[in-house]
Amino acid sequence: MRWFNIRGWSDVTIATPYLWLVIFFLIPFLIVVAMSFATRTTTSPPFSFGVTDNYLDFRNYARLFQDDLYIRAFLTSIKNAAMATFVCLLVGYPMALGLTRVSKSARNILLMLVILPFWTSFLLRVYAWIGLMGTNSWFNKLLTSAYNTLVPQAWELNSIHLMNTNFAVVLVTVYSYLPFMILPLYANLEKLDMTLNEAAMDLGSRPFRVFLDVTLPLSVPGIIAGGLLVFIPACGELVIPGLVGNPSNPMIGRVISDEFASARDWPMASAVAVALLILMVGPMMLYTYYDAKAQEKKAMEP
Amino acid sequence: MTETATSQKTAASSAPFIRIENVSKSFGSFKAVDSVSLAIKKGEIFALLGGSGCGKTTLLRMLAGFETPTTGKIFIDGQDMTNIPAYERPVNMMFQSYALFPHMSVEKNIAYGLKHEKMTDAQRKDRVREMLDLVQLSQFGHRKPHQISGGQRQRVALARALARAPKLLLLDEPLAALDKKLREHTQFELMNIQHKTGVTFVVVTHDQEEAMILSDRMAVMDKGQVKQVGAPTEVYEYPNSKFVAGFIGSINFAEGKVAAVNGDMAEIDLPSMGGRFTACSIPGLEAGKDITLAIRPEKIAISRENPGTKNAVQGVVNDLGYLGKDSLYKVQLPSGMIVSVNLVNARRVGEYDRLAVWEDKVWLSFEPGSPILLTN
Repeated sequence: MRWFNIRGWSDVTIATPYLWLVIFFLIPFLIVVAMSFATRTTTSPPFSFGVTDNYLDFRNYARLFQDDLYIRAFLTSIKNAAMATFVCLLVGYPMALGLTRVSKSARNILLMLVILPFWTSFLLRVYAWIGLMGTNSWFNKLLTSAYNTLVPQAWELNSIHLMNTNFAVVLVTVYSYLPFMILPLYANLEKLDMTLNEAAMDLGSRPFRVFLDVTLPLSVPGIIAGGLLVFIPACGELVIPGLVGNPSNPMIGRVISDEFASARDWPMASAVAVALLILMVGPMMLYTYYDAKAQEKKAMEP
Repeated sequence: MTETATSQKTAASSAPFIRIENVSKSFGSFKAVDSVSLAIKKGEIFALLGGSGCGKTTLLRMLAGFETPTTGKIFIDGQDMTNIPAYERPVNMMFQSYALFPHMSVEKNIAYGLKHEKMTDAQRKDRVREMLDLVQLSQFGHRKPHQISGGQRQRVALARALARAPKLLLLDEPLAALDKKLREHTQFELMNIQHKTGVTFVVVTHDQEEAMILSDRMAVMDKGQVKQVGAPTEVYEYPNSKFVAGFIGSINFAEGKVAAVNGDMAEIDLPSMGGRFTACSIPGLEAGKDITLAIRPEKIAISRENPGTKNAVQGVVNDLGYLGKDSLYKVQLPSGMIVSVNLVNARRVGEYDRLAVWEDKVWLSFEPGSPILLTN
């Protein structure tokens, strides 16, 4: 019996990530799902099953629709995440396209610069934004004086209100997640055949028309990948809205955290978490579908 | 009336339709195209032939408008096109990779160039139909490029490039991606379509056979320069340099000196072939001049007996290759030189009734008109 068996090792290799996912994702998630059907009690841990007549308690899910806190939080999350994704796309697309058009050596340097912010602590960077947006910062003063010179005297302001707004959340989210938009877009655009652009130009299209007819439709998989990579984590974002957001208009991550920690209502927190996951799985499946379709298309080409 | 039309056509086609005047293109310190001047007639198939890196593709891209010449000018139908962008030129290109838009159907691909033309939707539809018929793909209009075969893709690329009725069609290695059988068929189809449409074709190819079959005239390029321009027969039978002679087909070279010139004939001493040979003279030849004699393998006769003519030399069969329609003999002369000789297998050969096999002594001979004399 040999210790090195190709088949055996390949099975182990394939099984490892699945095992990892089962232990660290599936089982905890099932615990959360189970908890969402429990009832809040004053015991430790603070929930039990079978307190009501039914073994499963659906009241947590009913509350999701009854208390408008949850629906508002979901809507705020989706709105902020969607806006951040859209702005990331607007800013990231030209950057990704630019990356494919520069020389190989410049490209490596620019790619490095895209990833560079990750080398500093995420929290530090958010605090830097807090410093910039505060009413007494040079940045805010600069913006205020620029604004005041442009508007009539009656509209003049002492400072621009930036901190603790949804605008601040979107701004910092865009800043933090931009690389996640640029990198998949770049990977997609970089693979596009430049002769297609030449062919379109040869057939009478001006450069912008070429972009609309050829580059944009062929980069849809990249847009979807980048969009989901930004949208999904931005939806559940906890730190950014916690630090720069409006506390009276919380996002869903904050609600989950509050239910778990302050309210000690674990079943309710679990129900919100499950609802958020269902909301996220939708776009994820859409992405997988598009990705599989693209792969299939590629496989059919010789 | 027919006569007038014909004479008019001849008059039109004799004037150069495309003029490339002293065009050079440098990429940094590398000169891809070096002072090329060419005149291409209306309605002809003109081939740019050369090895990789000879500048033929760069020249084609300058005709298309993807590159601007560093110096020199390009005229198409009398108009200066040097600084006109690709999307405003009456020129279309069939790309080597075909460059079909993968997200559009065959019909949409062909219609793509028409959306900038002033025509009604019905006219556009008719034109697409017409093009699909021309390349015999009427059944495939709704397919996507990845759903058709390589040969069909090539025809879609051709139809798309012809749809706008360009004044000039550029073809970049049009047959390189096809297998041999399909290539032979497509060559004739391309010529057929060119005759039907009357569009001027400029074909870039590294394949000399392709260039010879397709083209009315061709330019042989090397290191960014045009070495020779002429009809395929002219370039093959009367190459003007060792490079062209060696690039097109195979050939035997022998260095020597002119011994004497007697009217039309020249006596040439060729030490490498072991003696004095007679060849038809060329202008400017005089005794004592260094010369290269070049002769193609199929123009040398091979026999067991001494033919008893001039220009005969004996050697030993060193190697022998049977290629089906002909056999290739490598004959070693007493001087050590190895001469390639092609012999057409006019009748069926068995293993034992060959003219000669390895180590056999044979006589080689050629007519005085057969060799090419090169002074450079």
